[in-house]
Amino acid sequence: MNEVALLIAATIASGTPLALAGLGLLLNEKAGVVNLGAEGMMLVAAIAGFAAAYHGGSQWIGFSAGALAGVAMAAVFGWLVIWLNTNQYATGLALSLFGTGLSAFVGIGYVGKKLAERSTFEVPGLVHLPFLGDAVFRQHPLAYFAMALALGIAWFLYRSPAGLILRSVGEAPESAHALGIEVRGIRLAAVLAGGALCGLAGAFLSLVYAPLWVEGLVSGRGWIALALTTFATWRPARVLAGAYLFGGVTMLQFQLQSEGVQIASQLLTMLPYLATVAVLALISRNPAWIRINMPGALGKPFHPGA
Amino acid sequence: MIDPSRRSWLKASVIIAAALLAAACGKKEEAPAPQAAAPAKAEPLKAAWVYVGPVGDAGWSFAHDLGRKAVEAEYGDKVKTTLVEKVPEGADAERVIRDLAAQGNKIIFATSFGYMEAMFKVAADFPDVRFEHATGYKTAANMRLYDSKFYEPSYMAGVIAGKMTRTNTLGFVGSFPIPEVLRNINAFTLGAQSVNPKIKTKVVWINTWFDPPKESDAAQSLINGGADVLLQNTDSTAVLQTADKNGKFAFGWDSDMSGFAQKAHLASCVANWGGYYKKAIKDVMDNTWKTDRTVWGVKEGMNDLVKVADVVPDDVKKKVDEIKQGMQAGTFEVFTGPIVDNTGKEQLAKDTKADQEWKDKVAFLVKGVEGTIPAK
Amino acid sequence: MLSFEVRAQPSVAMSFASPLLALALTVAIAALLFRLLGRDPVSGLGVFFVEPFATRYSIAEVALKATPLILCALGLAVCYRANVWNIGAEGQFLLGAICAGGVALWVTTAGIEAPRGVLVPVVLLAGIAGGMAWAAITALLRDWCNANEILVSLMLVYVAQQLLNYLVFGPWKDPLGFNFPQTKTFVAATLLPNLLPQSRLHIGLVLALALVAIFWAFLFRFWGGYQLQIGGLAPAAARYAGFSARAALWGAMLISGGMAGLAGAMEAVGPLRQLTPYVSTGYGFTAIIVCFVGRLHPFGIVFSGVLLSMFLIGGELGQSRLGLPNALTGVFQGLLLFLLLACDTLIDYRPRWRRLVSARDEPATPAQLPAGGAP
Repeated sequence: MNEVALLIAATIASGTPLALAGLGLLLNEKAGVVNLGAEGMMLVAAIAGFAAAYHGGSQWIGFSAGALAGVAMAAVFGWLVIWLNTNQYATGLALSLFGTGLSAFVGIGYVGKKLAERSTFEVPGLVHLPFLGDAVFRQHPLAYFAMALALGIAWFLYRSPAGLILRSVGEAPESAHALGIEVRGIRLAAVLAGGALCGLAGAFLSLVYAPLWVEGLVSGRGWIALALTTFATWRPARVLAGAYLFGGVTMLQFQLQSEGVQIASQLLTMLPYLATVAVLALISRNPAWIRINMPGALGKPFHPGA
Repeated sequence: MIDPSRRSWLKASVIIAAALLAAACGKKEEAPAPQAAAPAKAEPLKAAWVYVGPVGDAGWSFAHDLGRKAVEAEYGDKVKTTLVEKVPEGADAERVIRDLAAQGNKIIFATSFGYMEAMFKVAADFPDVRFEHATGYKTAANMRLYDSKFYEPSYMAGVIAGKMTRTNTLGFVGSFPIPEVLRNINAFTLGAQSVNPKIKTKVVWINTWFDPPKESDAAQSLINGGADVLLQNTDSTAVLQTADKNGKFAFGWDSDMSGFAQKAHLASCVANWGGYYKKAIKDVMDNTWKTDRTVWGVKEGMNDLVKVADVVPDDVKKKVDEIKQGMQAGTFEVFTGPIVDNTGKEQLAKDTKADQEWKDKVAFLVKGVEGTIPAK
Repeated sequence: MLSFEVRAQPSVAMSFASPLLALALTVAIAALLFRLLGRDPVSGLGVFFVEPFATRYSIAEVALKATPLILCALGLAVCYRANVWNIGAEGQFLLGAICAGGVALWVTTAGIEAPRGVLVPVVLLAGIAGGMAWAAITALLRDWCNANEILVSLMLVYVAQQLLNYLVFGPWKDPLGFNFPQTKTFVAATLLPNLLPQSRLHIGLVLALALVAIFWAFLFRFWGGYQLQIGGLAPAAARYAGFSARAALWGAMLISGGMAGLAGAMEAVGPLRQLTPYVSTGYGFTAIIVCFVGRLHPFGIVFSGVLLSMFLIGGELGQSRLGLPNALTGVFQGLLLFLLLACDTLIDYRPRWRRLVSARDEPATPAQLPAGGAP
């Protein structure tokens, strides 16, 4: 099999959970809410999904459970931040802490457990294409979902009336409120949707990627996903690109290691992080671009009539 | 309007005041002096274990905890065990170990290298307590060492790998390039080369103890590079399951992982710490405890290669059994010269059997291994 | 349904009651959890709230663990008040440890003889410089390329960790250390002097408390601090007043980097006395929480640093004394933080029960938006 094709396939697989979580967080942030609890949400969803799939027998049950767990965690966050107007950053951190502990606690009985045999996925017909078949068409359905989602969210945000409302809520909530828009309800909807996507991402790790449960499974990918939304300057397609960049450089540095390249492995391990910083530095040079895309009211609490 | 900043310390001071009040009500005495050895008949012997990871990691710490449970099963009421998991190997370890000693534990096991300095300092203050450190090198009158020979099952795994590979490329997923891991990679490669001189081993370091998705990534990258049999020293089943997904072979590590991937699993390299722990407890009870360094392997039942798969041909199984018998008899030494490293330098002369000191100082990868370790 | 309306004035009574309420709720939920786990709630709570203060040694340990948290959080408070979101204090901490450790290692291996009064400040200054340098990278990229500091500082944390690994596995490895990843132990003259005999508490605590006072003065009594905060609260006004946003960025990043670097240096030449891959247990990240719980105020940070330190130690004691799983600590910490934040709302907002009125029939007109607020 062509090595480059394999690298591309591995990149897509590696980037998918980051992309899903990143897109969810993007929705949050476009509505003006910063959710630093991504790591906690992903962990709780990972154990919820694993437990559901273990008892229920199918990974789709697991994905549903994971998404629901993400929504539940996001709901707690949303209530605190949107209705009680607590500090978004602190509340998000609390969510992460809580989720880490809760998932470890609940998951004690599931360590060392195995899920039913899973199948490998491929797109019938297209998988036989030379090069592209191996590179792109052997992925789990969620990988294609992530790609479609990026396009879908971009269309939603920039071409649909509902998306415009969402963006206005994130830009200038007071003005939106004056126009009769239910700001808090929309923010909640965005937070819940974001939670569902982070939940899917977490469940993907425990159901498909590893697939297993141990505490701390997510290993910091929630924070990377958060960083990716700023990397992407809040544009959905860029979230996808950032996720694949990160995943791709990770796989590339492993490949370099296994080929015996004479660079210390620790320095190679730094590469995905350095690459992300370098690309961000390059693409951020136009400040106007960032101002256009960054939600104006990001992180600020909103109270109607305040 | 109250300055928001003042609010914060007003608020926090109330909490602290409440806590201090509660503390004042229940004030204990100063740190108790190390207790005199209590008569073992009246009270159970208190023993404590310190783990670096969660007990539920199904790997290194899990295996040690099984050992602790074996002690409980063996001694029942005569022993009371305590465990503290996820203790970071930095400055916190000293506090945890000191507290365990102060609480009356008479023997404390620290199951990771990074606890060495901390344990050494605490041992100086508690002469009546016995301290046991895994995988380290510092001792004292009341502190000794124990370790296992994972390189023995690694060698046997290598023999199987050498025969089962079709691409003549093996893969190894490593966490950190510490000496034990280097020994294991070398043993794996030597074992494979003994039945198939053409093999090479590719090594990839994930540079963290714990990140199963990254283990999957590393395994996938090795497979993409042509490896079709994988070994690891990381703790989860991710590598095995990735191999399974790709239709390749792999081994279990630290515990029996045969249930996780029927097709991919060739065998599991395990450690059974229970035997040693039971002996250590007995030493304390019989008052025969003395400072030494115990390194046990297949011979003493500490290490083993288990659940060899049916797909492995009979002649290979037979060879592995022969090697195992040799290890049990003490006649088979994995590191027997000539051994050349992958820069071409000779590390062990022909027909020499490596001694413990040589094995402790392994800082190279043998010929046939493609990979790097940071140079001095 | 329950709704909240803004109070005309933040409630003084609630300022006192809110933390008590949060604490009471946490205690209640914790007691319930202990019961469910089959443990005695009183001893369970005692392990978290009382035991860490029970002996002189344990109080010293709480202070020892709180010191790096307070130091990092002080720097972060300046940053966040200036609206510079430095998430990378952990990386700056590690660089501080690396630089300080590097100097101490050089002194040790080169056999340099010098009085402690000279070596210790040099080592600490090296740590400060290291943390500042690492933070400067983030500031530079934000200044020249508009690269968002959240991402850059976070990515640099991982880079810093791998740098430490590289050094202790490679060039700085102790040749007599059986190839394990650690440096030689530093010579005594480079180590921080002890503050309390029979404990590990070092003069770092005194330095930290002095810095608390200095930072308080800087933020609330000095022009520079004022400028930074206005830049954070009202950037347009700041620009109009001629405050340099660039100076604020660099000032905030260098200050927080320096403080984190100092904390890292103290850890390396304090309790650890060498460099290993495990210098930090996430202090840089925990400090962010300490910073927020202390509401970005130096005095508040002292108390929240102690509080979180108490919780972490309590978590260890819970395991060794009561056999509680480690995961419970995270649950309690998160819970307390949630409840603290939720109860704080009561200071600024008053809860009101309202009859359910459909707000969808008519859009809000200006007449319906008085100060009392629409439901």
